[in-house]
Amino acid sequence: MSTKPLVAASSTRRAFLKGAGSAGAIALTIGFEWGGTARRAFAGSVTPIAGAAFVPNAFVRIDTDNRVTVIAKHVEMGQGAYTGIATVVAEELDADWSQVRVESAPADVKRYANLVFGMQGTGGSSAMANSWNQLREAGAKARAMLLAAAAKEWKVPVTELTVERGTVFHAGKKRQATFGALVATAATLPVPESAQLKDPKDFKLIGRQVPRVDAAAKSDGTAQFTIDVALPGMLVALLQRPPLFGATVKSFDSAGAAAVPGVVKVVQVPGGVAVVARSFWAAKQGRDALKIDWDDSKAEKRSSATLMAEYRHLADQPAPSARKDGDAVGAIKAAARTVSASYEFPYLAHAPMEPLDAVVKLNADSCEIWAGDQFQTIDQANAARTAGLQPQQVSIHTLYAGGSFGRRANVISDYIVEAVSIAKACGADGTPIKLQWTREDDIHGGLYRPMYFHKLEAGLNGKGELTGWRHVVVGQSIMADTAFAGMIKNGIDPTSVEGASTIGYAIPNIDVELSTTKTGVPVLWWRVVGSSHTIFAVEAFMDEVAHAAGQDTFAFRRKLLDGQPRMKAVLELVAEKAGWGIPLPPGKGRGIAVAEAFNTFVGQVAEVSVDKNGQVKVDRVVCAVDCGTPINPDIIAAQMEGGIGFGLGAILYGEITLKDGRVEQNNFNNYRVLRMNEMPKVEVHIVPSTAPPTGVGEPGVAPLGPAVANAIFAASGKRHYVMPFTKA
Amino acid sequence: MATSFELNGKPTTLDADPTMPLLWAIRELAGLTGTKFGCGMALCGACTVHLDGKATRSCVMPLSAVAGRKVTTIEGLGTTPAKAVQAAWVKLQVPQCGYCQSGQIMSATALLESNPAPTDDDIDSAMSGNICRCATYSRIRAAIHAAADSIKA
Repeated sequence: MSTKPLVAASSTRRAFLKGAGSAGAIALTIGFEWGGTARRAFAGSVTPIAGAAFVPNAFVRIDTDNRVTVIAKHVEMGQGAYTGIATVVAEELDADWSQVRVESAPADVKRYANLVFGMQGTGGSSAMANSWNQLREAGAKARAMLLAAAAKEWKVPVTELTVERGTVFHAGKKRQATFGALVATAATLPVPESAQLKDPKDFKLIGRQVPRVDAAAKSDGTAQFTIDVALPGMLVALLQRPPLFGATVKSFDSAGAAAVPGVVKVVQVPGGVAVVARSFWAAKQGRDALKIDWDDSKAEKRSSATLMAEYRHLADQPAPSARKDGDAVGAIKAAARTVSASYEFPYLAHAPMEPLDAVVKLNADSCEIWAGDQFQTIDQANAARTAGLQPQQVSIHTLYAGGSFGRRANVISDYIVEAVSIAKACGADGTPIKLQWTREDDIHGGLYRPMYFHKLEAGLNGKGELTGWRHVVVGQSIMADTAFAGMIKNGIDPTSVEGASTIGYAIPNIDVELSTTKTGVPVLWWRVVGSSHTIFAVEAFMDEVAHAAGQDTFAFRRKLLDGQPRMKAVLELVAEKAGWGIPLPPGKGRGIAVAEAFNTFVGQVAEVSVDKNGQVKVDRVVCAVDCGTPINPDIIAAQMEGGIGFGLGAILYGEITLKDGRVEQNNFNNYRVLRMNEMPKVEVHIVPSTAPPTGVGEPGVAPLGPAVANAIFAASGKRHYVMPFTKA
Repeated sequence: MATSFELNGKPTTLDADPTMPLLWAIRELAGLTGTKFGCGMALCGACTVHLDGKATRSCVMPLSAVAGRKVTTIEGLGTTPAKAVQAAWVKLQVPQCGYCQSGQIMSATALLESNPAPTDDDIDSAMSGNICRCATYSRIRAAIHAAADSIKA
């Protein structure tokens, strides 16, 4: 793994993790440097540009044919980033939505850095949060230049001009011109220093149900994903990776593979042995025919059960403190009543529907990459290092990603590096090579959500008030030994404890500790990162504490949230909308949970049925979300719905287990995910807000697990302490 | 070896290993990439096509098995139910990442072609073989009902 820091020093861990926090400070120092010719789009069909284009900045281009093209610096992987980005630019520009299209930005950290990360990339639910001001400015400045162009052409003061849906009008609408008609003049004018942003009350697109820019192409099969890239002479590669993490190739016999018709080359690369062929099928058959002798002397050979046993033991050993308010140990010792519980969370694969893939065209002095790329700056650097080139010699065409959930944002750029190394081993002769992972490759491929053990203890006084809270987290660090290792401070990887160390309940004594483990299993952030496990532990345990105090679980939480108005508001809203307190028939139960993740607040109430055999059906989930200014309410609702389905599949079925180091799951038969018949009814309620927008891609996952677990307890009296629920 | 069949209404002959799954033949040889690879084991439905009108997982169907038969992919959809399904998909903003949606639409269309007024249970049985990791399931269900209603109307 790379240890070379790639992240600007200004990108602190909080900034990186917490979205909007620092965006304002560094916003607008980047961008507005677009001087080159317009670039080709690779997301969606490529249309030639007619005539001269007006390119006022890095984020918008207007053509003489009146098309407004918004340049998206974030990947579209389902979360609606393209639509959100275009909405913000079009809003300030006063463009008509029908004239707006989206292109993906090239890899260029100077113009397209995520202002939260300090590098180009998408993650941490930060797409809208980091670019909100930047995109509004971009749209407003372009609008100002179009107005200035009209004023110049018509020799009238700018103040007499108005813009409506892509057309500039002169007072009384005596004269009008489309954006396209003003492009030639606008292109000659200077870019203004600043431009007036709209008063939110005048928004026409933001806050409305603007249709997704990608819905049609994703409903007729024309949307272009990496797997769909077909270049002249392109070959397909499948890579045989080691059966154990950390094993390497000792020797191999390629004769069987080479004999398969269509197989062109068999090459050894650092990641294993690749079969390069004229078709996927030939590459697959060739790979199946490989005989490889592996050196597993340095491989991870432990079982996940062994690791978990070790984690349980570590939870009782002293560990670095992630948060210390008062004296939790003392408070719990002195408590009238104590409660304790522990929770176990497995490794989880992301399993995006599009198995990882990348197309690489490598020459002696250039490397062109096509991928659903989520981490352009890091991927560019890692590809360059692998190819022996400079980062600026690597270009990336970011395509639609068929899901990611964090998997494509990986610090070692595993799938990109593999593809480049194969192209290099094939001679770097410019032959395009598509590396295709199979589903088995994906399930076996590591970079999982880490396995964790959580141990919690709480103390209640005689009045049933929570006086002490102790939370020990044990598990692997995502940041350790990567380019992000600098974000670990005093032994605390914030991604291991966020949600636990940031607990918002008013408890006088809080102690959160983290015991960081090392294994040979590569790990990575998985949708909602630390909160994918910490919120379960906090919210399931809080339920247990409320019951021990003999209080209603909603009312108990509510009392502790006076200092957290936004959290309290989503808690109250979700309880109200879910009909909290209205009795349910026997066998049914409600559970509530709240979370803050990436500055977005989510409350959920799950309603479940548990039959005589203990079979659980989640009937309904009511969700309240406060994500600041709602840019697109329908996309927010869709992300909550999706987060709920994604989270539900994980807590019911999701687990990657290792037996003597070997991953036991292979495909969707034994790595089960949620299916249609298991999807609950979902209702989403969005808190009206004029605060800056925050992310929605991940936070909806966080409270789902504990809400369901708490509902199962309410329905059946059974508590789940081991994920997935099928296990115990 | 050449295999002849009807692909989206056109007589088609593909010269390939007869064991090659239909999925890869239509994607790589016929150049129709709307049909997707998700699992290779008929577990996820991303590769769903219509074989003689029935929803079929093309990732485990050898090319030789479709000789003389009719294959329809997302690119060849044109029936009234198909158009209704696709329109409902856009209207209800079903897709997120979109990767599984061709397969979802092929399964939904096959359902409506055999059952113009499916119940929720009918939808569960017809659609539970199609995985969506973005979990667009509620919208898929609503869109199937909306498509059925639009055909009736």
